Amino acid sequence: MRSRAFLASVLSHLVLLIGAVLMLAPFVWMLLTSIRPAEEVFGAVFDPIPSRFAGFENYAQALFASNVPRAMLNGAVVCLGILAVQLATALPAAYALARLRFPGRGVLFGLVLFGLTVPIQVPALPLYLALAKAGLLDTFFALMFPFFLTVFGLFLFRQFFRTYPEEILQAARLDGMGEFEIVWRLAVPAALPAIGAFSVFSIVAHWNDLYWPLIVVTSRERATPPLGILAFRDAETGGNYGALMAGAALITAPLVLAFLVARRGFVRGLTMTGLK
Amino acid sequence: MTDGESADGVRLTGIAKSFGGTRVLAGLDLAVRAGEFLTLLGPSGCGKSTLLRIIAGLERQDCGTVSIAGRPVDHLPPAERDVAMVFQSYALYPHMTVAGNLATPLEMRRLTLLERLPLIKHLSPRRARVMRGIMAEVRAVAEALRIEALLDRKPAQLSGGQRQRVALGRAMVRHPAVFLMDEPLSNLDAALRVEVRHELADLHARLGTTFIYVTHDQVEAMTMSSRIALMDQGRILQLGTPDDLYDRPASLAVARFIGSPSLTVLETVADGVGGIRLGAVRLPFGHRFAAGTRLSLGIRPEAFALPLGPEADGPALAARLVRAENLGAEWHLHVRLDLPGEPPAIVRLTAAEHEAARASGLLEDPLTLVLRARGVHLFGPDGARVEPDPAHTAVVE
Ligand SMILES: Nc1ncnc2c1ncn2[C@@H]1O[C@H](COP(=O)(O)OP(=O)(O)OP(=O)(O)O)[C@@H](O)[C@H]1O
Ligand SMILES: [Mg+2]
Repeated sequence: MRSRAFLASVLSHLVLLIGAVLMLAPFVWMLLTSIRPAEEVFGAVFDPIPSRFAGFENYAQALFASNVPRAMLNGAVVCLGILAVQLATALPAAYALARLRFPGRGVLFGLVLFGLTVPIQVPALPLYLALAKAGLLDTFFALMFPFFLTVFGLFLFRQFFRTYPEEILQAARLDGMGEFEIVWRLAVPAALPAIGAFSVFSIVAHWNDLYWPLIVVTSRERATPPLGILAFRDAETGGNYGALMAGAALITAPLVLAFLVARRGFVRGLTMTGLK
Repeated sequence: MTDGESADGVRLTGIAKSFGGTRVLAGLDLAVRAGEFLTLLGPSGCGKSTLLRIIAGLERQDCGTVSIAGRPVDHLPPAERDVAMVFQSYALYPHMTVAGNLATPLEMRRLTLLERLPLIKHLSPRRARVMRGIMAEVRAVAEALRIEALLDRKPAQLSGGQRQRVALGRAMVRHPAVFLMDEPLSNLDAALRVEVRHELADLHARLGTTFIYVTHDQVEAMTMSSRIALMDQGRILQLGTPDDLYDRPASLAVARFIGSPSLTVLETVADGVGGIRLGAVRLPFGHRFAAGTRLSLGIRPEAFALPLGPEADGPALAARLVRAENLGAEWHLHVRLDLPGEPPAIVRLTAAEHEAARASGLLEDPLTLVLRARGVHLFGPDGARVEPDPAHTAVVE
């Protein structure tokens, strides 16, 4: 019987291993290509290991002769701006939906659920027209505006706040806290794991977003990371895929690093909602 | 805050509350005297916590009025009613230290909103001074409760008893006019519960503040209260001192709820001349019910005696011993009375009585049980207590 358990374990690990290889292969390829000399990328001989380490040239080109650093800075501004407004609106709204009794709450929450089902492509055109009319195209505001209100975050935080003990809220009201103060003094500190998990989702989504920036941004000065890579490919690399991949690696790095640092909290935040 | 004139601690008039279709409180009146320790006692789900939350303003009554210190408070939010509450779960702020928990109610009152905002709060020059005053008071309360060593800990790092003290401290720092306590001892182990019971009684004596205390534990109610309001199904069955409730229960329901082990209830009928019959025995009560009226007789376990010397000449019943329980200081005899239907009954004997009875062979079947005067109660067909008329009662003498 032990041998059977062993076999099952080997099999399941094998399946997981294959999955992991499939997922990681593009990243590994990206990293290998980013240190490959330009002439070798489309060379006749296919060898996974670069013949010569060309990392310095490639990364130097991506860092100093391209728009990638600028795009990353823009990405940081846009992602943090979006996240700040998302948290400032979703946390109090989620608390109200979860813990306050008021007429129309059910309908409002129904609308939130409905909002979850609407993809950005649906309101894209009216939003674009409105921004164009307002003369706001090609601004940071245009990049951030459609994402300020997050139904996903609202939903996540609501589920989290529903598990918060009612008696603590009552104690706070007796002590003289208003509902907003309850949000920032009690609900937010308790929701930190959920806030962390949501932040990762939000930042990853908007850092990597190509669809919306492509619509509202035309200038190099407002390019976000994916736009930066696009421009790099078209104009600057002159077919040097090594440098292009170096740019891509640079753009992926902050997210990977952030995830590694926040990994434990992230998983806890995801599993925690609904428990307790 | 209590103005010296008013004897009113808390007055409730016509308080009713329903959740959805279920009626939880049914037009309840209650006057709590200033400075008394009043216990709301009742079975689970009878509306005690709901009533407490209505007094605190955490829940709105459907109708009726709450007055505190002679002043209606229905329009006031919880924080302005000058009441503090100790919750069953203690409800400490989980991410704040003990000191933070104790300081919060004072911060809310003494700091402006700007002085409480994150970051901005440090801009106020006044804040540091106010906070020093608050921390001094926090330390004083912590010392009074012997938790000063715990001030830097988070609630998760405290034992149940310590959390209970912190919750109490958070209520005390504000010096409220009324303390509301919702089963504050129910999460403690038995030994600690006895200890904290004494401390709470001491605290009440020292502070002289009005306490409204919710429990479903009759021992807590009997040992600590000035008065007890016994509740069932959203109404008050009886309001009185612990002695009133035990010795003069207003109804069969009260008599059944108070006392452990609970009293024996026998169904009897009136004999038309002020007495009742139990088998061959007649008990005179001096009541005025017509012959044949169904009455209930309640007998406390200690109202049964064995015919040992002085007890020998009361009305006597025969019984068969089913089981005897030794509780150390006393014995409980579970018996079946020799009456139609063999109703079960419980007899309480002190260890000394039990010893003497065994020595004189009184524990052999069939037992002879003598009824003492004290602890025998008669209830009318509506369950209300029938006061014995001393002129006509041999039993009550
Ligand atoms: N918010 C609420 N919504 C609906 N029903 C409620 C609510 N609060 C209380 N109830 C109901 O009201 C009744 C009384 O509840 P309450 O908590 O006052 O009882 P209690 O006497 O404190 O009981 P316990 O001793 O178990 O704490 C219960 O049947 C309960 O289910
Ligand atoms: Mg309760």
